Amino acid sequence: MSTPVLDRPADATTYAAHAHPLWRRALVTPEVAVIALLVLVYAWSNANVANFDNPLTLYYLFLDTAPILLIALPMTLVIVTGEIDLSVASVVGLSSVVVGMLHHDAGLSIPVAAALAVVMGMAAGALNGFLVAYVGLPSLAVTIGTLALYRGIAVGLLGTEAVTDFPDKWTDLAKERISEGSSYPMVLVPFVILLVLFAWLLHFTSFGRGVYDIGLNSEAAHFSGVNVELTKFWLFVLCGAVSAFAGVYYTLRYGSARGDNATGLELSVIAAVLLGGVSIFGGRGALHGVVAGVLLIGVISSAMRLENYTVNVINIVIGVLLVLSVMTTSLLGRARSLAARARGGGPRPPRRRNAVAAAPASESSTEDSGTQERHPE
Amino acid sequence: MKFRNRRLSALAAVSLVAGLALSACGGDDGDDNASDGGGGSSDTFVFLPKNLGNAYFDTSDNAGKAAIEGWGGTYQEVGPDKASPDAQVPFINTAAQQGVAALIVSANDKEAICDALNEARDAGVKVVTFDSDVNPECRDLFINQATAEGIAKVQVDMISEQIGDSGEVAILSAAANATNQNAWIADMEKQFAADHPNITLVDTVYGDDDDQTSFDKTAALLQAHPDLKGIISPTTVGIAAAARYLSTSDAKGKVMLTGLGTPNQMREYVEDGTVKEFALWNPGDLGTLAAFAAKALVDGDIKGDEGDTFTAGDLGEFTVDADGSVLLGEPYRFNADNIGDFDF
Repeated sequence: MSTPVLDRPADATTYAAHAHPLWRRALVTPEVAVIALLVLVYAWSNANVANFDNPLTLYYLFLDTAPILLIALPMTLVIVTGEIDLSVASVVGLSSVVVGMLHHDAGLSIPVAAALAVVMGMAAGALNGFLVAYVGLPSLAVTIGTLALYRGIAVGLLGTEAVTDFPDKWTDLAKERISEGSSYPMVLVPFVILLVLFAWLLHFTSFGRGVYDIGLNSEAAHFSGVNVELTKFWLFVLCGAVSAFAGVYYTLRYGSARGDNATGLELSVIAAVLLGGVSIFGGRGALHGVVAGVLLIGVISSAMRLENYTVNVINIVIGVLLVLSVMTTSLLGRARSLAARARGGGPRPPRRRNAVAAAPASESSTEDSGTQERHPE
Repeated sequence: MKFRNRRLSALAAVSLVAGLALSACGGDDGDDNASDGGGGSSDTFVFLPKNLGNAYFDTSDNAGKAAIEGWGGTYQEVGPDKASPDAQVPFINTAAQQGVAALIVSANDKEAICDALNEARDAGVKVVTFDSDVNPECRDLFINQATAEGIAKVQVDMISEQIGDSGEVAILSAAANATNQNAWIADMEKQFAADHPNITLVDTVYGDDDDQTSFDKTAALLQAHPDLKGIISPTTVGIAAAARYLSTSDAKGKVMLTGLGTPNQMREYVEDGTVKEFALWNPGDLGTLAAFAAKALVDGDIKGDEGDTFTAGDLGEFTVDADGSVLLGEPYRFNADNIGDFDF
């Protein structure tokens, strides 16, 4: 513990990221920074913003951010692989329309209609996943296409009409509190279940390790036995399924199935995921940061609304925060690798972009790597 | 190659996301309504338009502001940056928490904001809708700008006056499934058939409320129907685009154009003679009436029942009709004589 760098055998110094003690690696992270900021903003608002300490604030906050919270889970996994899914909001809209039509026109009960909508969401995600993973197209292009495609189908199916005759039993359930007078709505139950499932999947299974490996270097992941195509395919299917579930919630919460429901939601989701410390280049990020990122945006918005700021000012604040967080993540990463080189410790961390450059250095002795940098020969 | 692609897509994604935050910054909210020290109060009247930065609602809201400040109340305008069905809900919730006196809303969806409005009403907030209504059980009053029959009638009257009550006319509408326009067109068809047997409605085309599409459809309409004598465009985007086409074409002065438009968009075409007369309600009056209706509710002068009457400043006295709606009046006709009096 005391002099880890010098005492380690030379061949164990491959990962500079492990040069620090565990507590430091666990606490000095973007995720913890976002959580700290969330706690800070929440405490400050509680003390200084009129009406913020009202139990309704949290209740509305969870109701409003629930679709973002839900979709952010699979989106995190997709972005960690270095891909992106922009079609999620359109799947929400399509699922809303499907639930509405199956219930209203086909007379199906809400649970059956919802289950079929989720199956539809999986199919929508499977199309994305097939095109990205097996055809090899860039996910940005594919999902911009399906963003328009799914939204087009949704609006085309229902036109300017809206289906609104949902049974009160189900629309009330979407808004119900876990217990009378509590700030926590019922929708948090499926969210917490999904959070546990996704956290287990990403952080505690070999599938999850594969997800990070793909994000760091998909070829290396392939050669180390990760089924890159199948992994990506299933992530898009999961994204579609959860988006469709969010669409069901959305429909019942507002009691209105419309083709243009949740327009633009994909950007809120991706913004929250990036704010939560997930790298848009793939390979790094964690779910606790993402959940904090979603809640941070929610808390800032509701506190500023209570202070009568207009939506434009709120957007500016969140936008600046997002840019700062993306900047600090990348600047911190660069500072760390510079620091590691300056200390003359082992080779630089195995970052994808530096992997080739770092390779020759790993053969040399660790003592004179300062010189090594200047004279690679 | 693969890396470069991915970095490119990552870059594009980041800029897309940054776009989310910055897209609304261009919005025009000329009023300084940011922070008056936190929270509204029991004399605050909150205008919640469909979205901010919309000239039509700016006119309504500013007229409402003048009315509210005229009696010493506090005016506030809040709203989302885009007119999506659910986007107004957080603002309604916030107003309910702040315990404002009244919410004056133009609804993006008649159902989606219903529960939020009812929660606000339970918290003692009076709810008045204007321009676009919600389900009647979710609000106290609806300020109706004009009835569908009234809007159809004024356009049928204007075109038949302008073309001498006989000949071919066509309609340039908004989107094919636009609810309002379709209701008005159906009404116009009935009125043509009943009262103007010599006028034939030869075609209805859709410009999708897009300037360029409407412009192109006007050109196509004139080609397809050489004997056309008049065009009705019951949408502000359509009539402005059609006027722009007509003003530089041979058909100027021969093919009459009328419909629903705003004075600022139509001014130059009225002045150069392309358009004789068009109609719309006055959005400023709509805002003023909504503000006074909210005040009457807050003061307890009316309850929103059928037959209740209240006075709306210079606009005079209004009566609440069935379903808690208040009609602003007949659509207003704009022509060369009066267009100079309006700026919206």
